[in-house]
Order: sequence, then structure tokens, then C-alpha cells
Amino acid sequence: MTVVLEVADVRGGYGGADILNGTDLKLDEGEIVVIIGPNGAGKSTLMKAVFGLATIRSGSVSFFGRTITGMRADQVAKLGMSYVPQERNVFASLTVNENLEMGAYLRDDDFGPQIERIYELFPPLKERRRQQAGTLSGGERQMLAMGRALMLDPKLLLLDEPTAALSPRYAAETFERIREINALGITILMVEQNARQALEHADRGVVLVMGANRFEAPGPELLANREVAEMYLGG
Amino acid sequence: MELGGVIEYGLFFLSFVGIYALLSLGLNLQWGLTGQFNIGIAGFFAVGAYTSAILTTAPSPHHLGGFGMPLVVGLIFAMVLAGLVAVLVGLLTVRLRTDYLAIATIGIAEIIRLMLKNEEWLTNGVRGIPGIPRPFAETLGAGTLGQSDAVFLLVVVALILIVYLALEAARRSPWGRVLRAIRENEDGVRAAGKHIERFRLEAFVVGSMIMGLGGALFAHFVGFISPEAFTPEFATFLVWVMLIAGGSGNNKGAVLGALIIWLVWTGTEFLTSMAPPEYVTQAGALRLLMIGILVQVILLVRPDGLLPEETAERK
Amino acid sequence: MTDLLQLLVFGIVFGSILTLGAIGVSLIFGILRFAHFAHGDMMTVGAYFALIFVAQIGWPIYMALPAAMIGAALLAILIDQSVYRRLRRTAPVILLISSFGMALLLRAAVQLIWGTDNQVYQPGINVPYVVFDIRIKPDHLVIVGASVILVFAFHLFLKMTRMGKAMRAMSDNVDLARVSGIDSERVVIWTWVIGGALAAAAGVLLALDTRLNPQLGWNVLLPVFAATIVGGIGRVYGAIAGGMFIGIATELSTAVILPAYKPAVAFTLMVLVLILRPRGLVRGMN
Repeated sequence: MTVVLEVADVRGGYGGADILNGTDLKLDEGEIVVIIGPNGAGKSTLMKAVFGLATIRSGSVSFFGRTITGMRADQVAKLGMSYVPQERNVFASLTVNENLEMGAYLRDDDFGPQIERIYELFPPLKERRRQQAGTLSGGERQMLAMGRALMLDPKLLLLDEPTAALSPRYAAETFERIREINALGITILMVEQNARQALEHADRGVVLVMGANRFEAPGPELLANREVAEMYLGG
Repeated sequence: MELGGVIEYGLFFLSFVGIYALLSLGLNLQWGLTGQFNIGIAGFFAVGAYTSAILTTAPSPHHLGGFGMPLVVGLIFAMVLAGLVAVLVGLLTVRLRTDYLAIATIGIAEIIRLMLKNEEWLTNGVRGIPGIPRPFAETLGAGTLGQSDAVFLLVVVALILIVYLALEAARRSPWGRVLRAIRENEDGVRAAGKHIERFRLEAFVVGSMIMGLGGALFAHFVGFISPEAFTPEFATFLVWVMLIAGGSGNNKGAVLGALIIWLVWTGTEFLTSMAPPEYVTQAGALRLLMIGILVQVILLVRPDGLLPEETAERK
Repeated sequence: MTDLLQLLVFGIVFGSILTLGAIGVSLIFGILRFAHFAHGDMMTVGAYFALIFVAQIGWPIYMALPAAMIGAALLAILIDQSVYRRLRRTAPVILLISSFGMALLLRAAVQLIWGTDNQVYQPGINVPYVVFDIRIKPDHLVIVGASVILVFAFHLFLKMTRMGKAMRAMSDNVDLARVSGIDSERVVIWTWVIGGALAAAAGVLLALDTRLNPQLGWNVLLPVFAATIVGGIGRVYGAIAGGMFIGIATELSTAVILPAYKPAVAFTLMVLVLILRPRGLVRGMN
């Protein structure tokens, strides 16, 4: 199996005290891996560190065997990794279609067919293609955010709390979409507050505590683990 | 140049340094300590100058007053009026972000300049106010000019000392610590339950009062004021260059910056005076150009100034 | 009534000029997050660039205008790359100080090169058309026409081109723009190209309406800022509405107060907007 992403003993944060204290992570091609853990455990920071948005003080990150530690975000994006932030993840004043165009900013070829594929994956977006993204509902916004990230045809997609602001119905739907995206051959790493549901859809779960991994196991196994269930899945 | 001339020039030079040092100290309280961006110094400077001039000159049919009052009254009211204008500006802008305060202060300064030009009943318009008395002019009688310069310099130095010591005490006081904390981390201070707007307003008003005092002293030093003297170039920009060069956040730096930049400024006058006479009208522009370049160089090379803020006291 | 309509004409003319300046200030604020205090003096420099082409080469104004815009765009890039770019890593307020210094530096350079006397592009009287007792000078039509064309061209640029969209994206959400791989340095350079060029156009048109002198742009900096803020700072389309609003309001105000206080009127309106609607009069649009 090809290793897509390997994070080795990463320490760092945003310049102040370290938030990540020796985090390890390994993703195989085609996997869905979910990171869970208490607030402030460094889940989002880990994602940002991978994508070049947080400072890595020591340790290394590699993507398909290539070291990307300390690379700028746009350089990382060029290599085939996309990132969907948790908040403010669409250009609110741009139209839906323009948001997707911005997602393809690094592409020099004709990305028209890719936009059509995104609309096939998220049909509600097509109806609203000329509408400003700021007018979309929470669920549609999340679709657009993912659509934007998929415009570069990434091999790895990072999702920071994709269901955080959504109602349970939309959350379930979003997990379905994530599986569809995964079925296209895209490896997925996500952070989820909605841990129980996320683990049901994931191949593997990683529990992050105080910036270091505490547990790592296939989804069902973690769900069955009593300690994990009590401490991090809300009983 | 004979010795008497040198001394006379020295007194003249240092008096200007003193006046600018007061402006720079006032700005340091607003910007250096509190992080408030005032680029309308000229406005507070002008209010101070005109207030004291109108109060202390002999009665004139050309402008309001004069009221022939003692100099001390002039100085006090110069501070009070500059403070009142600052309260007005401050109340309007204290909640707004830095850019808005900057725009608001420059707006007020421009409006004050327009009023000085157009409200002839008050200021005699562009013709200005002459005959503004020197300190202790009556007691000294009609002595030589040098004597009067020396006395003036003493008064300025005494006032700088008072202001400097007061500002240093304020900086070290709990009040000063709150101001710095606001500058560094506004939300943190707010969370600690402090009324940020009040602290900001206080610093802004006190800083502006010091600028008003500087303006009054300027009026009494040169003896004649007109709107020309209160352009943003001379009354605002030079002060900023002084504070940045000296080291914002540091009161010693504010005074040192006034000395050095006034030296440079005078030096550019000396340089441009050597140019052929047909270029004499361009000389002023050339001096400003040099200072304009100097400030960019300082910002690029030594943004903390010659005497950076003492960081040991900070956490 | 005629008087008010006459003032309305002046207001539309002045508003067309302010709009061009305000678009630049708003765009620069949206992308770089600082109020550009040298914008008025950038207008002045642009106006004098056009004078070179008119007076020395003998070009008509409609050729000198684009030439001056190109010149000012290049100057803006030069200023950004030599000074602002190096200060961008520090606090935005340092850029504010620097741009204030740059304002005086540019003005001093203009005085040094072109002197302090009033100058005009073309001597002679601009004979006005009289329509229902309202006097409209040919230059007024040129000013409003040029402004409309430039604003429309800018609108097309924002809506149709990849760089225009990237600009809107970056001013909307810098972090997401970076995540999407948008090259922020290129966007910044284009911001200066457009800000500088439109400032030059505003300066040329203002000089056409009045006279060239080194204070030309500085004197309207306050109304330009007022227009920007009234329109909602950082919102390019708001700047158009803000420019027309401030232009018309200040001209109409001369019916009751001294014309010398026009900047004060603009300032008062701006302060009122800041207090009552801190996010500007125009909502939603970027």
C-alpha cells in the first residue's frame, strides 16, 4: 500500500507554546481517517501544520514520500493536497461558480469539466451557481467548501469539522458525500467533534490528547473501547 | 560668526527643540504608550497657539480679544482648549479601529486649519495674530533679544522637565501599565474587566493637552502666528519623524528624537542654502523630500528608533 | 431650484472624481488592510504626469490620461516594492505611518520638479453649454464620461478576469485565498496597478476641473476617505455609491455654508456614518 501522508514526531503551533507535542500519523491510500479528542487537543493545529499554516518546530511531514515540512500552503496545494477550514470556508461575496473557479486558481488547463463533475456530486450547488455564497444555507456552504477543495483534483483532502455547524440530518448527508468523494479514490483526513458518527464512516480513528496520539484503531474498535467511549465519545 | 551670535543661535535652536520635544512627548503618550494613531497633531498645536495668543495679546480690532491676560492664564487655557477638542475627537473615535482614528484626527486638523483661515473675527484669517508677548517680557523690560531667548529657553526646559517627570511617573504607574496592556492585548484587558475606552480617552486627552502647551509656547516664542505655521508638514509630520527616530514608547527617546531631527532639519536648511539662488523656492521642497526619505529609511532599518522602549519592564 | 440643479451638476462631476479615488483606497484596504494616506498625493503626481504629455509632447488630454495612468501604476509598483513590501510583515499601522510619510515625500517631489504655481493643461475659456439655465462645461462631460468608462472597465475586470476574481476573493477572505493557492504577491501588485492608475485618472480629471498645484490631491484626501468609509471601507462597489453621495452632498452644502468648508462637510458626513452605520451605507456587496 502506498503511504499518502506521514507525520513523524511533530512539535509546534502558532509561535507561542507548542500545541503539538510529538504527534505521529500515517495515512494509506484510499483511507478515511478521523481525528477525535477533547477541545484544545491540537486537532485543527495538526491539520494546519500539515498544510503549512502552522509552524512546525521539529519533526517532519511527508506527502507520497516527499518531505513537505514547512512548505507554504500554496506549494502544498500544488502537490495535490486540499484543505477545507472549519469556519469562513467559502468566499461569501463571490458566486458559487466563482468560488469553484478560485478553487481551480492553480490550474492552467480547462477546468470546465471538473466544475460539472462537482455539480454532479452536489446537485443543489448547480441550481445556485449564480448566487452569492454568503446566501447559501449551512449545508450548501459545506458542500461548496468541499467542492472548492476538490477543484484541484487532490489526492488527499483535509476536512476540519465538516459537520460542526450542521443539523443532524445534514451531518448524516455530509458523511455520505465524504464517502462518495472517498470512492473517487481520494484519501481523506478529517477532524470531527461529532466523533461517534464520524467513526462509523471512517476506516480508522486516532485519539489526540494534549497534542500527542493516545489511541489509534479501526473505527468500530474505537467505538467499542470503553475508555475511549467514556472519555471522548460522551459516554 | 562671533561668540555672541553663536550663543544667540544656540538659544534659538534649543528653544525650537524644546517646543518639539513637548509635542513629541505628547505623541508618545498617545502612540508610544497607548497605540493611538494621531496624525492631527497640527490641530491641537494650533488650538494651543491661538488660544494663548488671543488671551495674552493686547486688545485688537482684527481678531477676538486680545484680552491682555498673564502668560500663565494663556498656557493653562491653551491646554484646556486642546483637551476639550481632544475629548470631542476621542468620544467620537475611541471605539473605532486605528485607521479611523487616523482619518478622524487628520480631518479635525484640516477643519481647524480651515477655520483659522476663514473665521476672520476669531483669528484675523491669513493675516494672523502679531505681538504675542514673550514670558516675563514686562519684568525684564526691553532687554537685548539674547536675554529674552535665554529666559524663554529656561521656561521651556522647566516645562519639559515637569511634563517628562509626570509622564515617567504615569508610565510606571498602574495606569500606564494598563495603557500598555491595552496596546499589546486589547481583548485580554477587556476580559479583565477594565474600561478600555476610558483609559484610551484619558491618554488621548492628556497627550493632546501637552501638544496644546507646545503650541502656546510656540506662539510666545515666535511672537506672530498665522495658519501657514500649522500645516501637516511642519506641525504633524516632523513630530512623527522625531518620535519614530528617537524610539516610540520611550520618553527619553521622544526628547532625543526632537533634538536629532531638528538638527537634521536645520542641517538640510544649511545644505539647501548653498544652492544657487534661482533654486531658492525649491529648497523647502527638497528639505521635505529628504526628511520624507529619512523616515522611510528609519522604518526599514531601525523601526524601534535610537532608544527602543525598555522591554525589561514588560512581561 | 435652478441653483440647486446647478450644484447637483457640480456634485455629479466632483462625485465622479471622488469615486475613482475611493475605489483605489477601498481596494488597497481590502487587500492590504491599511488606509493609504498617500493616495491623494498619488492623484497629484498622476495629474502632473499628464501635464508632461500635454505640455511637452503636445498630446490631447484623452491620450495623456491613459499615459499618466500607466505612469502612476508603475510608480505605485515602485513604491510598493521598494518600501511597503518590506514593511508588510510588521504591523499594518507601520504601513500607515509609512504611507503618511510617502504622501509628503511625493508632494515635495512634485514641488521640486514642477514648482508651486497653479498650472492648467490648456489655457483658454471652457465655454459652457446652457441647458435650462444650467451651465455645463464641456470639461464636465469629459470628466463624467471618462469616470463612467473607467468604472465600467474596472467592473468588467473584477467580474470577468481571473485576476479580478482573485482580487475579490482575497479581499473577502485572505486565509482561504492562500489555501486555494492564490499568489498573494501578484494580487498585491495588481492592486497597486489599479489603485495607482485610477488615482492618476482622478487627479487628471480634478486638475481639468480646477487647476494643477502640489496640494491638488491632498486637498481632496478627506472627501476621498469619506467616500470610502461611507461606501463601507474595503467594499469596492460601495466606493462608487460613497463617491457620488459625498460629491453631491458637499456641493449642495455650499448653498448654505462657505465653500471653503467643503472638506468639513465631507468629514462630518463620514463621522456620522461611522457612528450610525459603522459598516457603511451599502450592505452585502463586496
